[in-house]
Amino acid sequence: MIDQIQQRLLEEVAGLHEVPEGAYNIRANGQLAQRNTTANIDIISKENGTGIDVRIKSGTKNESVHIPVVLSASGLKEVVYNDFYIGDDCDVTIVAGCGIDNCGVQDSEHDGIHRFFVGKNSKIKYVEKHYGSGDGQGKRILNPGTEVTLDEGSLMEMEMVQIKGVDSTERKTTADLAAGAKLLVRERLMTHGNQSAVSIYEVNLNGEKANTDVISRSVAKDNSFQKFDAKITGNTMCSGHMECDAIIMGDAKILAVPQLEANHIDAALIHEAAIGKIAGDQIVKLMTLGLTEAEAEEQIINGFLK
Amino acid sequence: MLELENISFEVSEEDDSKEIVKDMSLKLEDGKFIVITGPNGGGKSTLAKVIAGIHKPTSGKIYFEGEDITQKSVTERAKLGIAYGFQQPVRFKGITVRDLICLAAGKKLSVAESCEYLAEVGLCAKDYIDREVNASLSGGELKRVEIATVLARGSKLSVFDEPEAGIDLWSFQNLIKVFENMRKTNRQGSILVISHQERILNIADEIVVIADGKIVKQGGKEEVLPTLVSTEAMASKCNKYNMGGES
Repeated sequence: MIDQIQQRLLEEVAGLHEVPEGAYNIRANGQLAQRNTTANIDIISKENGTGIDVRIKSGTKNESVHIPVVLSASGLKEVVYNDFYIGDDCDVTIVAGCGIDNCGVQDSEHDGIHRFFVGKNSKIKYVEKHYGSGDGQGKRILNPGTEVTLDEGSLMEMEMVQIKGVDSTERKTTADLAAGAKLLVRERLMTHGNQSAVSIYEVNLNGEKANTDVISRSVAKDNSFQKFDAKITGNTMCSGHMECDAIIMGDAKILAVPQLEANHIDAALIHEAAIGKIAGDQIVKLMTLGLTEAEAEEQIINGFLK
Repeated sequence: MLELENISFEVSEEDDSKEIVKDMSLKLEDGKFIVITGPNGGGKSTLAKVIAGIHKPTSGKIYFEGEDITQKSVTERAKLGIAYGFQQPVRFKGITVRDLICLAAGKKLSVAESCEYLAEVGLCAKDYIDREVNASLSGGELKRVEIATVLARGSKLSVFDEPEAGIDLWSFQNLIKVFENMRKTNRQGSILVISHQERILNIADEIVVIADGKIVKQGGKEEVLPTLVSTEAMASKCNKYNMGGES
């Protein structure tokens, strides 16, 4: 079912060298390739065939769900809706990700819309990686949408990574947090060539003591374009912090649009945004350790995006 | 052996140019602990950067172990065996202390091996090894990590630009020990330190005094140190920065 190119994509986006443990759903070229469910985690195809529902029972601990998507056929365009219903008091890791290999001339596009409904006091770690490869002229396009609803006392940690090969991406993440809920976002992004990447975050802190921390680190090389557009809205006593830290190289362009909206006197919101090139001193320091200028640059970027 | 031959370094600002190092010639013997001292703005740090290859001299030649390295890059000089410790250490987001020490050593070190270098500069290794070399480290901590990276190079010539700058009084005692130890074991080959500190001057084999871009005095510690203390102009400078270093 899974060919070599697809296997390589799976390794890139989900760290999978073989069939994962626990629940998984592997989608290849628009079709279900493999699936496994467990006693606590059920995966059901939507009746209209547009995606899956993942249902996680209350009290499920230390289990994982992998739902990678790989596209290796040129010219394939798909929109997939995946919904996650997570019960109360869970502790689960969800690994999603999309790898596109496009050697053809037509554009390949995967738009995955993920909705998370996280129950009370549940802890979710969500990892999403994007990767593109193939030297065809067809573009590799990914437009993920993520909607998160966090119930009281729940925690969601989101790790979003896109390091290589995706020509165009527009990511939109919205989150609504109830009392005591916490959302942590760690985004790492690198663009090169003529790539374009837009990240939009909208976090609404609706319940008392809701808390969010959105941190984006990105590197824009060559002629690429990045836009970071994030907004935290505090509707009650809550706290929010966001940070956008970008390294600009070559003829790249970066636009950072951090926004804060406080609708309550006890909403404490902070944003930090910084864009700059690699400091000359950093390169020189690593050169005094015997690295060439190119090696130094690579180390600095690797560290920054680690 | 490092040899500077008629080294000059000029900076130009718009129509004006200023000579910071003026026709300087200097020989540094192998296995020696040499301290360069002198008033601020005299050209010491510039000279150190010229040796490391960060600044290219306007004129003159630099020889390292008989080879002309004047045109060699920072990287090439590092590979030949010249290490350089920054006066103002550089911060890196995401690069850990261990990463930096491994890069300095040029190979992957075990935790125990990297810890050795940190212990040598008085840092409790397990607290620091996985810390990022970023703004979360204090000035003194950064400085010690910086010195550890130079130690990890294991170079034939190690140049330290004001290692005491930014280090608090408490850490300073340790710093002196680091240099005393380096001098004793001398496994670093030659050590060249730019310093205003009498205690560092005190462990020197040789002292070079630089003022206004020129070598004013050069000789053994016994010969040079007493003249520094007795020279009023020099003494006032030295005392003024005795504990704080150059700002």
